[in-house]
Amino acid sequence: MSAVRPELGATRPASAHGASAYGRPVIKQPTWTPEIPMYFYAGGLAGASAAFALASSLRGEDAVARRAWATAAAGAAVSPALLISDLGQPKRFLHMLRMFKITSPMSVGSWILAGFGTATMPAAAHAFMGAYPRRAGLGPAGVIAQRASAALGLPLAAYTAALIANTSIPVWHHARRELPFLFVAGAAASAGAAATMLAPTEEAGGARRLALAGAAGELALTQYMEHRLDQQRVGEPYHEGPAGILARAAKAMTAAGAASLALRGRRSRRWAVAGGGLVTAGALAERWAIFRAGFQSAARAQDTVAPQRARLVERAR
Amino acid sequence: MAAGFDLGTRVWPGSYGEDARPRMGFFTDTSLCIGCKACEVACKEWNQIPASPHGFTGESYDNTIDLGADTWRHVAFVEQRKPLGPHGDGGGLAQAAALGGLADEVGLQTYQDGEGMRWLMASDVCKHCTHAACLEVCPTGALFRTEFGTVVVQEDVCNGCGYCVPACPFGVLDQRKPDGRVWKCTLCYDRLKDDKEPACAQACPTNSIQFGELGDLRDRAEQRVAQLQDAGLAQARLYGADPDDGVGGFGAFFLLLDEPETYHLPPDPVDTTRDLPGLWAATGAAAVALGVAVAGAVLGRRR
Repeated sequence: MSAVRPELGATRPASAHGASAYGRPVIKQPTWTPEIPMYFYAGGLAGASAAFALASSLRGEDAVARRAWATAAAGAAVSPALLISDLGQPKRFLHMLRMFKITSPMSVGSWILAGFGTATMPAAAHAFMGAYPRRAGLGPAGVIAQRASAALGLPLAAYTAALIANTSIPVWHHARRELPFLFVAGAAASAGAAATMLAPTEEAGGARRLALAGAAGELALTQYMEHRLDQQRVGEPYHEGPAGILARAAKAMTAAGAASLALRGRRSRRWAVAGGGLVTAGALAERWAIFRAGFQSAARAQDTVAPQRARLVERAR
Repeated sequence: MAAGFDLGTRVWPGSYGEDARPRMGFFTDTSLCIGCKACEVACKEWNQIPASPHGFTGESYDNTIDLGADTWRHVAFVEQRKPLGPHGDGGGLAQAAALGGLADEVGLQTYQDGEGMRWLMASDVCKHCTHAACLEVCPTGALFRTEFGTVVVQEDVCNGCGYCVPACPFGVLDQRKPDGRVWKCTLCYDRLKDDKEPACAQACPTNSIQFGELGDLRDRAEQRVAQLQDAGLAQARLYGADPDDGVGGFGAFFLLLDEPETYHLPPDPVDTTRDLPGLWAATGAAAVALGVAVAGAVLGRRR
């Protein structure tokens, strides 16, 4: 036989391809824009910063607390802007608040974000107008706002993991046990790193510890998640393409940043800022890696089909 | 079903009270499909859907590729190196030899090389799942269940969040650019309200697309698949007719002549929200863990 020349227009037999006919994807890729991984980072940063700010002010460390409240307020302001930008039209965001739906993590999260934004602005104002626990600033209303902001900040940092895991994307859905913990670890690292960079070195002990705990959690959990996904044979996206590069870069930056903070962060402000910056970049890259992995996973028909086929074989046994 | 508890949004038909109608659906019998694409055209015309030009794929006569915002019926063409007839006779050996000669001569790939070749054709459509992930995850309520038990997007409520797109286990929904909202088969909700059958079913010349009450369609399908298996098509099977599957059965189900993945369909689709109770539990635990970590980092400080 002579060489096959498909460019002449002959059609290709379906069997020559992967898991589905012609290797076509079985599910759709997400339609989300790059604002969404930015929001994953910003929301986690803001939520964990609010909790950190409240804890710091309870401890009487007002300088650190004020900076963390400022970070939380900035995140609370940027987050809706990112989501509205993804939707295309500002008024469309209001449709999110037509109802509350427990089966939709996006609905639950929209209400959490709305409440967080409402609480965090007066909470931050209160911190800057008068130091806790003195009865200054916004008075009792400010205290309540700070507690509400911190309380809502915790689920704000976690729900975005539920949002992506509650899809048919194999690399997200099969990681549904690990993703929420990975996201809060990233949020802790982000908030700790931001406060480390902003606060005077001698007062940044708590921030540094939070950044280190978050970074360690992130590194351990990404490793564990990728291992579990590999076991289920849907983990390839974290080893190839843009998601693979981002995942490796995230680990390297997080580890380098954590090492800087642990070894020199206590004595040298320069090292503290560099370490915080690397941990921040690592957390951002990790969110981006997870986001891109979802797109790559959806494009791989075999990742959708093989686990389902295995399930059927198991059931028939 | 979800182990533990049901999240309790599956309210049809109770929420409609006396206005509830029998559940309507499609039975798409692919053994009758001739690939004419009349369903695609009728759907586009009735629902005034924009064109969706993809160019030439080189993948049999399938240049529509998949379902999406602008394709609510998609006729899949699948060419297989398999004998055409039920008894494996293949047929046309002289023709195969002639085409083999042609392949040697001009370098064109053909697969009439003695193994036989068959064409599978199937008109794909939204499955109108009993447990529809798209509907469950929709944060605005734009996706809803009609009085006919079908799943429809309200275009004036959809805000283009795109959550339903990766939630669907079949890749049915997609955004229409640049508007950003999602669109999909409505099972011709407007026609159903006037007691008319959907445009695709009316246009189908071979009755491959059958419309009716879901219970009746399931009975008819059972008979048809038994008939085909008796005739020697052992691979004939129903897809989505089982109310105990991962999506609670399809409102629009199929008779296939091969494995579902051969038609780009998932073999064991599952409504992603089935796993949501455990996912919410993990999320809550993670939020608590974050609180503990923050408290530990700040309050556990040595002075």
